[in-house]
Amino acid sequence: MQSIVSVAGLSKTYASGHHALKDVTLNIAPGEILALLGPNGAGKTTLISIICGIVNASSGSVRVGDHDIVSGYRATRSMIGLVPQELTLGAFDTVWNTLCFSRGLFGKKPDPAYLERLLKDLSLWGKKDSELMTLSGGMKRRVLIGKALSHEPSVLFLDEPTAGVDVELRKDMWSLVRRLRESGVTIILTTHYIEEAEAIADRVGVIHDGELLLVDDKLALMHKLGKRQLIVELEEGVSALPESLFPWALDLSTDGRRLTYTYDPHTTHTGISGLLQAISSAGLLLKDLKTTQSSLEEIFVNLVKGKQ
Amino acid sequence: MNTHAVRVIYKYEMLRAWETLLQSFASPVLSTSLYFVVFGSAIGSRIEHIEGVSYGAFIVPGLMMLALLTQSISNASFGIFFPKFTGTIYEVMSAPVSFLEILLGYVGAAATKSLIIGLIILATAGFFVPLEIAHPVWMVGFLVLTCISFSLFGFIIGLWANNFEKLQLIPLLVITPLVFLGGSFYSVSMLPPAWQTATLFNPVVYLISGFRWSFFEVSDVSVGLSLSVVLVFLGACLLVVWWMFRTGYRLKQ
Repeated sequence: MQSIVSVAGLSKTYASGHHALKDVTLNIAPGEILALLGPNGAGKTTLISIICGIVNASSGSVRVGDHDIVSGYRATRSMIGLVPQELTLGAFDTVWNTLCFSRGLFGKKPDPAYLERLLKDLSLWGKKDSELMTLSGGMKRRVLIGKALSHEPSVLFLDEPTAGVDVELRKDMWSLVRRLRESGVTIILTTHYIEEAEAIADRVGVIHDGELLLVDDKLALMHKLGKRQLIVELEEGVSALPESLFPWALDLSTDGRRLTYTYDPHTTHTGISGLLQAISSAGLLLKDLKTTQSSLEEIFVNLVKGKQ
Repeated sequence: MNTHAVRVIYKYEMLRAWETLLQSFASPVLSTSLYFVVFGSAIGSRIEHIEGVSYGAFIVPGLMMLALLTQSISNASFGIFFPKFTGTIYEVMSAPVSFLEILLGYVGAAATKSLIIGLIILATAGFFVPLEIAHPVWMVGFLVLTCISFSLFGFIIGLWANNFEKLQLIPLLVITPLVFLGGSFYSVSMLPPAWQTATLFNPVVYLISGFRWSFFEVSDVSVGLSLSVVLVFLGACLLVVWWMFRTGYRLKQ
């Protein structure tokens, strides 16, 4: 796979002794949306901070667009836009001035037409002369995205872009991310909202305690690690499982009215027919049946729990 | 060279001063004028000439240095500390800019502001005392070198400080005493011999002495030595800033 971002054996130990990243290796393809999932303190922000040049790595290397981030920092940083997690903006600047500042900082000559288009895309054109401190949290978040896009980057890092924003804005963000991808921008976002990764990512990486546990195609991940469960509701509760049902390793609920059977939906014989026959033979009466599929969230929780 | 970045940083910092005009320019001019009134007129009228120069005129270079040093340090340290404090520094750190370009932007703007203040104070002094500048080129040279080197020093303080107390610590506890004891209001030769020797360990003495020489051709130490001390200080500050950026000290760790 040709990579636009290539991370090899990256480790980071802070002066406090905290080992934030442990030998992380990751390749990101051009034009993809990669979601990095992980609980707070997992190392997501440290990883993108190193790639963007904000934090020094302890060991390992990072290449962006085939340039090393240390020796070729001008080339790599010119390609990258970063939307930080916190709403870090100057209070007294206007929206227009802060975007002009960002564009100049990244070595681009002024282009008012591009910035106007960008502000219109972000529904901020009407606020271009407003001071940043007068904007709502959602608008500030959009300004940060505008700043990150002001120099037309080909790789965009979004560090928890929808943390603390309302549902409507979150959906707007997702649609913006999709539009950016359509224009060829590679997007790496960190999040702990599983539904966000599920909704917009092509691939998902799970990071926990500084280790990248896995990176896989989102659907393949759900296919590989996703379990399906058959939940059988009984008309009358039972105090214990009949011996004839032991081969299915069922979970019996505490009220004795619900049996849960976990199976692999991708095998030829799921064992469901045999189970239903055995339940009938055991004299248990069915009230209801339903199946559930593991969500990305359950997969994530299971992976993280497995590491603890 | 990322000239666009240098330009926007410089412009941003200068605009910040412009938007706080009273605090940036009027305040140091007012406080220096008060020094002229108190020391130059009230006390100065009772003091004889020092080395052939009236006391009111004699203190002008020292007062200018006092304002230049404190303003250079304050402007530059606040300029870099505030983005660190608010977190907006992330943008500069992630931009394709070298440490030299960052310096040109931040330190250039801080030095320019100090230079403007210095020139305003010089013009203000003209209202209180008759002034003649014996070596205007040297005067401007010392002025510019002092603004740049102490803005660099302020930049170092801004990078080093991780809270507001530390930001004020060195200017208040080190710089202000050094300036007051560095011959701003007197000639070193007026001190007892033991104190004269002790004063020579104060680097500000060399700055003020050289600067005063450019006005009146009177100095406590030779002008060559003064210039050397300024240049060594400038070089040392550049080395420290280079090391801070190279290691990411208090920025990327």
